[in-house]
Amino acid sequence: MTAELVRGQNHPLSQARIEIRVSAGKPIVAGATLSDEHGKVQGVEWVAHPGTPTLPGLEVSRQAAADHRLAVDLGAMPEAVHRVSVLLALPSAAGGPVQFGAVAAPFVAVTGLDGTEIASYTITGLKAESAVVALELYRRQGAWKVRAVGQGYAGGLAELLADQGLPQAHQLAGGINEAVAQGMARSVQAPRTPDGDRSRQAAAPAFGPDQTGSPYGAQGAAEPRPGYPTGSVDPSAVAQPSGSGAGGPIDYSHPRRRNAAPPPPPPTAPAAQPGQPARPVAGDATGWSMEERLYNQVWGIFEDLARTTAAYRSAVDFADSRMEKELDQVLSDPRSRIGGQGDAAREAARAKHTQLVDRARTALDRDLAQLTAEVEVVEPALPLAFARWDNPVWHGYRVPMEIPMALRLGDLRLPECPELRIPMLVRLPLERGLWIDSGRAGSLDGGYNDSHDLRQLAMETAVAHAARLLAVYPAGEFTVHAIDPAGSGAQALAPLVQTGVLAAPPAIGAAGVSEVLVRLTQRVDLVQMAVRGGAADSLPPGLDTSEQLLIVNDFPHGFDDRAVTQLRYLADEGPAVGVHLMMVADREEAAAYGPLLDPLWRSLMRLTPVPDDHLADPWVGHAWTYEPCLVPHGSQVLQQVLTQVAMARTKLR
Amino acid sequence: MTKGQAISLQKNDGGSLTAVRMGLGWQAAPRRGLFGSRTREIDLDASAVLFADKQPVDVVFFRHLVSDDGSVRHTGDNLVGGVGQGGDDEAILVDLARIPVHIDQIVFTVNSFTGQTFQEVQNAFCRLVDESNGQELARYTLAGGGAYTAQIMAKVHRTGPGWTMTALGTPANGRTFQDLMPAILPHL
Repeated sequence: MTAELVRGQNHPLSQARIEIRVSAGKPIVAGATLSDEHGKVQGVEWVAHPGTPTLPGLEVSRQAAADHRLAVDLGAMPEAVHRVSVLLALPSAAGGPVQFGAVAAPFVAVTGLDGTEIASYTITGLKAESAVVALELYRRQGAWKVRAVGQGYAGGLAELLADQGLPQAHQLAGGINEAVAQGMARSVQAPRTPDGDRSRQAAAPAFGPDQTGSPYGAQGAAEPRPGYPTGSVDPSAVAQPSGSGAGGPIDYSHPRRRNAAPPPPPPTAPAAQPGQPARPVAGDATGWSMEERLYNQVWGIFEDLARTTAAYRSAVDFADSRMEKELDQVLSDPRSRIGGQGDAAREAARAKHTQLVDRARTALDRDLAQLTAEVEVVEPALPLAFARWDNPVWHGYRVPMEIPMALRLGDLRLPECPELRIPMLVRLPLERGLWIDSGRAGSLDGGYNDSHDLRQLAMETAVAHAARLLAVYPAGEFTVHAIDPAGSGAQALAPLVQTGVLAAPPAIGAAGVSEVLVRLTQRVDLVQMAVRGGAADSLPPGLDTSEQLLIVNDFPHGFDDRAVTQLRYLADEGPAVGVHLMMVADREEAAAYGPLLDPLWRSLMRLTPVPDDHLADPWVGHAWTYEPCLVPHGSQVLQQVLTQVAMARTKLR
Repeated sequence: MTKGQAISLQKNDGGSLTAVRMGLGWQAAPRRGLFGSRTREIDLDASAVLFADKQPVDVVFFRHLVSDDGSVRHTGDNLVGGVGQGGDDEAILVDLARIPVHIDQIVFTVNSFTGQTFQEVQNAFCRLVDESNGQELARYTLAGGGAYTAQIMAKVHRTGPGWTMTALGTPANGRTFQDLMPAILPHL
């Protein structure tokens, strides 16, 4: 439950480790000051800003950006610190807006590490101010609280810092602005956009409506030309000041990437014939690239289908309840027992019901026809990561250079229109692990009564998802481990094992299980320590910084108590540092552990190997039938794709 | 227009009206005295109640910004009001073509969430606008309208294939639309 704060309101904080998210329409600077019990900032070393982004327990971004995430660990704050003020300022050198009155009201939210919002605050009413104290976190009787402040300063950062008692306010404000200006200069050179937002990728050429029918139409958007080091660069390269690159002879920037340039106009639908709905076009949505437009369009179709079905269902429900009421009335009316009066009344009630349901169905059919036409043009235009395995785009597979914004995990549909399937897209990098349910309880049809078959299918589904993740990440940026204690998943894992894309052969037996878990736990520990301490460059040189996925088959077979504890640790702490679980399991079989494992299942996204209606949409909460993306029977596409992935990996080493 | 007057939302050229917007605007309370933090903010709220056969089936207000079918959308709660120069501070957009077929009436209301009567609010008004051409269909000046905290403003209802708007302008008292339900029912 989010508390929406108004100016001056406070809210208790139960967690010590929190994130503060800031979003504003324009690039802004975010920073924080620490102050003592008198509200005084003791010196420049108590201010976190783009020039000095990390302090104990506090990290801010190095650049001006429209969106920020500030990491705060209140437990790590020095004893002397009694207040943390989060400040926002407009960059002075950018030639952008000079007062907050000219930009959208900034929005700040305090969230837990899992992304759940604790409190949020929209800073309204700003006019000539160019710097503002958005929130303050403060100690009150041994606990921390957050207060919405919204105090603006027309004199900018210098005035803001001076107000907090910092003697060197003017010099520091100058220093911050310089650091921001440097950051901006650097961000133009950097291969990735400053805020690391992968949604703003190289702008793809806009496709005319005549080209969208081609199944290869969207390929240009999905696969930037090889030869430009766009996606495969080490992430730490972005963080290094690359001042030398500015005057150097080599331009490392992507030739098609222009951060400041407006995106190409989206393909617009041709003018509709009078009296007919407009012909749909793939990519007819907002976004900076074809990929982002298609992503937004798919979500738009998803929402429209959810809503139009809600309209239909509510109309039918209403018609049902009205008819029931009217029939009851007829029944309780003594006059209706004589003659044909009752029959006539019943007939009338039924006719009213049929009429309303027919009208509702007509409206639904009209909308479904429109959405079906839209899906028909969108589906063939989808890039690799969004496309079904039977899409020809997979046959032209080449190892991508950039991480796509999202991944298709399957299809969603509603019983009203089983033939209209919406791609289910989840953002990358994954925010939570996956649980492929091999339990029997979930399946819609009783066709998979043999639990062995279902288990086999669950493992095949897991392999299809893992292969897809491997394929859409650039070479070497995604690593898959597998635990198969009893070796029962060997047949399903064969495509991964034979092509050699696994980090190591699947771990077998209790010893293998614990070895893999220890290794991944250590990695999580190391990366977490490095991130918390702000020392990402001090990680051991041999450490693999790619995203990791651990496929666990047959859980809890081969797991002792220690291994279960480690698994839970990975589920809790892993996603934040790029280590994800993929459990292929039947919850019933782990029932012996009791409620101990409940948080584990809750933290994973449950997917089924067979069609099952367990997913709800975020708008009206319909139960959608989910069906996984599986490789068509007899198709070699998986082997071909994985062979290329393996080749690209060997080249990299 | 006057109370009770009905306007057909059928356009002159025969095409039916497709979208209407209810707008609500008011001026923020002035700051009094030295203690800037003690201003009394004024929060007016616009709501739309959707009826099927005189039964409320859905409502769009600041806690439920989009009707389940997506045809009625509230643009977001404004807690303090605007500069009072005639712009809408809160708006509800209604896509008439997409309203579920069983819904036959939509009633628009204004409530004072912070409890000030309309006498105390400067420059308050509510209006109904044809979204396709920006033409105002109805406008009420709330300010100075008496010691009431709510108004049942207008209803839009189905007539044949199209929609008709009837101005109601009935004063009432209540914090949210729930308090107004007894007062709304006679108008259906």
